[in-house]
Amino acid sequence: MDVTLKLRRYNPEVSDEVSWETFSVVQQPTDRVLDALHTIKWDQDGTLTFRRSCAHGVCGSDAMRINGRNRLACKTLLKDVNPGKPITVEPIQGLPVLKDLVVDMEPFFAAYKSVMPFLITDGNEPTRERVQSQKDRDRFDDTTKCILCAACTTSCPVYWADGQYFGPQAIVGAHRFIFDSRDEGTAQRLEILNDNEGVWRCRTTFNCTEACPRGIEVTKAIQEVKRALIFRR
Amino acid sequence: MEIEFHSYDVLIVGAGGAGMRAALESSSRARTAVLTKLYPTRSHTGAAQGGMCAALANVEDDNWEWHTFDTVKGGDYLVDQDAAEVMCKEAIDAVLDLEKMGLPFNRTPEGRIDQRRFGGHTRQHGEAPVRRSCFAADRTGHMILQTLYQQCVKQNVDFFNEFYVLDLLITAGRASGVVAYELATGRIHVFAGKAVVLATGGFGKVFRTTSNAHTLTGDGMGIVWRKGLPLEDMEFFQFHPTGLAGLGVLLSEAARGEGGILRNKDGERFMERYAPTIKDLAPRDMVARAMANEVREGRGCGPESAYVMLDLTHLPREQIDAKLPDITEFARTYLGVEPYDEPIPVFPTAHYAMGGVPTNIAGEALFNNQDVVPGLYAAGEVACVSVHGANRLGTNSLLDINVFGRRAGFNAAVYAQSAPKLDLPDDPAAFVIHLIESMRDGAGTERVAAIRGELQATMDLNAQVYRTEGSLKQALSDIDGLKTRYANVSVQDKGKRFNTDLLEAIELGFLIELAEVLVVSALARNESRGGHFREDYATRDDVNFMRHTMAYRQLADDGSVTIRLDYKPVVQTRYRPMERKY
Repeated sequence: MDVTLKLRRYNPEVSDEVSWETFSVVQQPTDRVLDALHTIKWDQDGTLTFRRSCAHGVCGSDAMRINGRNRLACKTLLKDVNPGKPITVEPIQGLPVLKDLVVDMEPFFAAYKSVMPFLITDGNEPTRERVQSQKDRDRFDDTTKCILCAACTTSCPVYWADGQYFGPQAIVGAHRFIFDSRDEGTAQRLEILNDNEGVWRCRTTFNCTEACPRGIEVTKAIQEVKRALIFRR
Repeated sequence: MEIEFHSYDVLIVGAGGAGMRAALESSSRARTAVLTKLYPTRSHTGAAQGGMCAALANVEDDNWEWHTFDTVKGGDYLVDQDAAEVMCKEAIDAVLDLEKMGLPFNRTPEGRIDQRRFGGHTRQHGEAPVRRSCFAADRTGHMILQTLYQQCVKQNVDFFNEFYVLDLLITAGRASGVVAYELATGRIHVFAGKAVVLATGGFGKVFRTTSNAHTLTGDGMGIVWRKGLPLEDMEFFQFHPTGLAGLGVLLSEAARGEGGILRNKDGERFMERYAPTIKDLAPRDMVARAMANEVREGRGCGPESAYVMLDLTHLPREQIDAKLPDITEFARTYLGVEPYDEPIPVFPTAHYAMGGVPTNIAGEALFNNQDVVPGLYAAGEVACVSVHGANRLGTNSLLDINVFGRRAGFNAAVYAQSAPKLDLPDDPAAFVIHLIESMRDGAGTERVAAIRGELQATMDLNAQVYRTEGSLKQALSDIDGLKTRYANVSVQDKGKRFNTDLLEAIELGFLIELAEVLVVSALARNESRGGHFREDYATRDDVNFMRHTMAYRQLADDGSVTIRLDYKPVVQTRYRPMERKY
């Protein structure tokens, strides 16, 4: 089938202006948006620039705004984005655009790192594994699925407006450890999240949950962190 | 061209499981930089699904010696047995280390790490399948990658993200640094270092149907190859039985470990004919060949009889949801198949390079059959220790990256603590600058995608599950033509900023050279062993071929390049080769 893609182009080496460019390609309805982008890059315009790697939704490289919604280009089939009309593709919002669909990920990873996203334990390690019931393991299962693609954070209106807020992903990253029965760093982590630019900035718009390509209930995770802050001793 | 200089003790190239595991050992002992083409969490370790085997014996009797035997037998006796012993013995601590780092393994009712069955892993030397694979649903690789990255964040590891390493520097026979191209700016960076650890992964993109990421283009192997250093056992490439038909997206062997069954168009459980004892849980090379054979004998499914079916419909939904959530979602997303109710179309997909940069069990890279290149290390898929021999067992790659990543990182740091600081070669960036400028500014007319597509097509057709002298010669002649065309390749993007057009052109150069090494090595191996199956030599020949292939790039005086093959003995400790039956 014939598909038209309308792409947001930006290359400061050539011009400071942003432009929109339209490409026509022939694809199967079950092809991914990523396949169409590849067809353009490989057959029509080699300067088109985007990140991608695994091409099946596990590496998190190719989060983009497709028809106004954050998705992974490799997990979005053309038939599911109304291919009868031009499909618009633009970079995720709220991070500086470097070229075409590539954004600067450094602010995103800085936020991730700020919540101490690693297991914190005191005392002596056991010789064997730490014991954890499957129920305790399941408690934080949802937030372990995160692939750091930034689809949630860059769909958040508060994040767009407020350069200080560290965004939904960082809270997801913290949630994964706060609710891990093996972790002993909850107090420190909650203190960071209680900051003015922390978890209270969330306005519960659910954009993040809708954007997550891994199906993580991001807004619920944020609410659980808020509850943990309210009920902590 | 502007060049920036940096100086470290240890340079790690690649930030997948092996690179980050190495970094955790090295960065606490020596000044360490990790240079990676991708952001670390984009690495393909994250796509591994089913688990990591270790004889924890948490759910049934097991010991590391059985694991070693399975690894050796699974590798069709081409495994270096000393290396397999190291891996299977250290597997237990490797899993426990990950748990202590926070990896969320599935748990037994007692709260210990749960374990499940996996292809080729047995108790009592082949008696019956054993539950040995430690796992986190069907996203074990994702959890390993995330956990190692979390620990790197905790340890403040110095990452250079989206730095594409294109050359290895050698001074008086010792590793002395690397040269990298910074993708964001187009700048060249020279990194001096006393030790270099290569952890760049595999080269699955030489094939069209592959589970591998677009970025798996064999860069580390290619760099070493261009230095005249050998590559070992490159003809052994693993085709994973269950790729999504037509796409190659991986569906974990865990699907069969959990009870999934392969069926042909008659609904027959055909693996009963090929491996009567362990059936669908036979090693991957055997299952992949059985599937390809069903299809070519006309028992394939679908309109073109082009694939077979993976049947999960008899499994309880709760089990599918708890143990196989991701792969069932892949089937829904990409094929529109609901695995609760319908079988999933599958066909073998190029998955894993058993061969690579030869190393010893310390992770040190070799420049011939026994001598090391001081300061140069390799670990993970880029390396060939060889723990996988002619066919890797499922889960042993996640194990390999942890065990040998740790060893390489530790040994590199210890070496760097006492090694002298070497002068860099004169004009260290000259090769890379020439490579980039000639490609970017050249006036060629050939398209990268066209050449790559033809390379992948001939490799799929002629060097896949079944090979013959004729098919391999065809592949070689096709590659020869593509090499000539590649010399005339054009890059449309002439810029410095994020030039992924240029990146793909450079990657293609590595792919073509490695495809040639694979095919030349395969042509000379007139036998069938593990992942290398020659229809014209359908049996294993231990008399002539119980040996590793060592391929060298030979540069003649007139500038022409040829491939010279040599051989290396297999290390045997306690297991004598037997016929491989399951």
